Amino acid sequence: MEKSVKVFLLFPREQVDKPIAYHLVKDYDIVFNILHAEIRPNQRGQLTVKLTGTEDNLEKGLDFIRSQGVEVRLFPQSIIRDEVQCIHCGACTGICPTEALSMDTGTWLLEFDPDKCIVCEQCVTACPVGAIDVRIFE
Amino acid sequence: MAKTFEEINAKIRQGQAVVVTAEEMVELSAEQGVKKAAKMVDVVTTGTFGPMCSSGAFINFGHSEPPIRMSEIYLNDVPASGGIAAVDTYIGATELSRGQGMAYGGAHVIQDLIEGKSVRLEARSVGTDCYPRKKIDTWVSKDDLNQAYLFNPRNAYQNYPAAANTTGQTIYTYMGRLLPECANVNYSTSGELSPLLKDPTLRTIGMGTRIFLGGTAGYVSWEGTQYKTVKEELPNGDVYHAGRTLAVAGNLKDMNSDYIRAAVFEGYGVTMYVGLGIPIPVLDEDLAAELGMSNEHLYTYISDYSAPGHPGLKRVSYAELRSGRVELNGKQVPAAALSSLSKAREIAGALKAWIGSGKFLLQEPIDRFPEEQAFKPLTEKEAR
Repeated sequence: MEKSVKVFLLFPREQVDKPIAYHLVKDYDIVFNILHAEIRPNQRGQLTVKLTGTEDNLEKGLDFIRSQGVEVRLFPQSIIRDEVQCIHCGACTGICPTEALSMDTGTWLLEFDPDKCIVCEQCVTACPVGAIDVRIFE
Repeated sequence: MAKTFEEINAKIRQGQAVVVTAEEMVELSAEQGVKKAAKMVDVVTTGTFGPMCSSGAFINFGHSEPPIRMSEIYLNDVPASGGIAAVDTYIGATELSRGQGMAYGGAHVIQDLIEGKSVRLEARSVGTDCYPRKKIDTWVSKDDLNQAYLFNPRNAYQNYPAAANTTGQTIYTYMGRLLPECANVNYSTSGELSPLLKDPTLRTIGMGTRIFLGGTAGYVSWEGTQYKTVKEELPNGDVYHAGRTLAVAGNLKDMNSDYIRAAVFEGYGVTMYVGLGIPIPVLDEDLAAELGMSNEHLYTYISDYSAPGHPGLKRVSYAELRSGRVELNGKQVPAAALSSLSKAREIAGALKAWIGSGKFLLQEPIDRFPEEQAFKPLTEKEAR
């Protein structure tokens, strides 16, 4: 199944001339869509791209980019909550800036409204039992 | 109409006892009045599921051939005490792994053992005539162990301050992440379900009390460490109680990780969520009145965790905290619980079912805990 991932690539000055896109397309069958680019000769380059391919190829492609000395920053798509691990304490609700995470005041179970979530990731480290993670692939 | 433990136990054995959870008792008292509720109900069950750092487990590994007197012990790379006999140890919940630091600790080892997982045991010794072996590296799971029981020196805090932070920077504490300028409040008590708030002077809870601990029956084994008695009569007639704690013990092998969970508080370290519930017999109307006390009449203080001594900023009721917002410095700020109310309800419900089945009898305290006691700080003295 094809998936997409949005990534921010930071090229160090010595690496701006590397044919990264060519290899992603040819070796990993990844569709490479440039959303924003800022590359000048002999300066650091910045590239925001959307990559589409199989999850396996995307992982390999990202590893390849990293192996070329390019810094990869992933844009997380949303948070995911492990319903089995969650103990419904509510520690995440106090630091969630948009009230996407809240307690049902009847059942006192944690509720998550993905529409309100801005993926700030504050909850990921605030969760005492590690039940919240970010989802990278869309 | 005073009842005794014996009378109530007789009813439990016959399956005649009326058992309700503390939340149900609050509702019943409001509807029928305390007098009627006191007559109708025999036992009220309480529950709490919160982070309790002062927890850990005693373990006996049995002897290897040749035997070793373990003096340096690691369980899944987490140091455990090597200071008790040859193959006994105590692993503390907050002890951190050597390799993984704050990501894994004693509480995780305890949870892994409860879940039946194999845990790596590494031990060293100097070697003696009676215990010649100097090193062992093997795997153990709960079925291999002679004894494995939780002994938690300080659990079931009667009441706990809610936490805020008055500085300009976020602080990371055992009360969770506290945002700058009092932008959030964290609290950790189950309020009207909380065991020691429902029998605030411990008339029925003491040495030997049979309790729910981690999914199985456990016992109150001593007064909890840092036990103190704090009482404040409020202008509206309500009374604020705090400070009492319990040391509790129970068989790790019979526990369930639904009710014992390892946790990591960022920037602080590892702790353990402990599920604990206590049945309280309705001996008389005075006790029924306490048992019927709702969150509106139970209080704690919001304390400044960024200042030495954690000075109180404001008194709030558990009803205010439960509303999800409290007023602090003229602003409405989010109030979040670190303890799980849904789990506390599960525990009170499970205990109610156990007693209802006739198998779980109430144990009258063999000894009472202090009615008045102060807490001593550690004063540093000049070296002699």
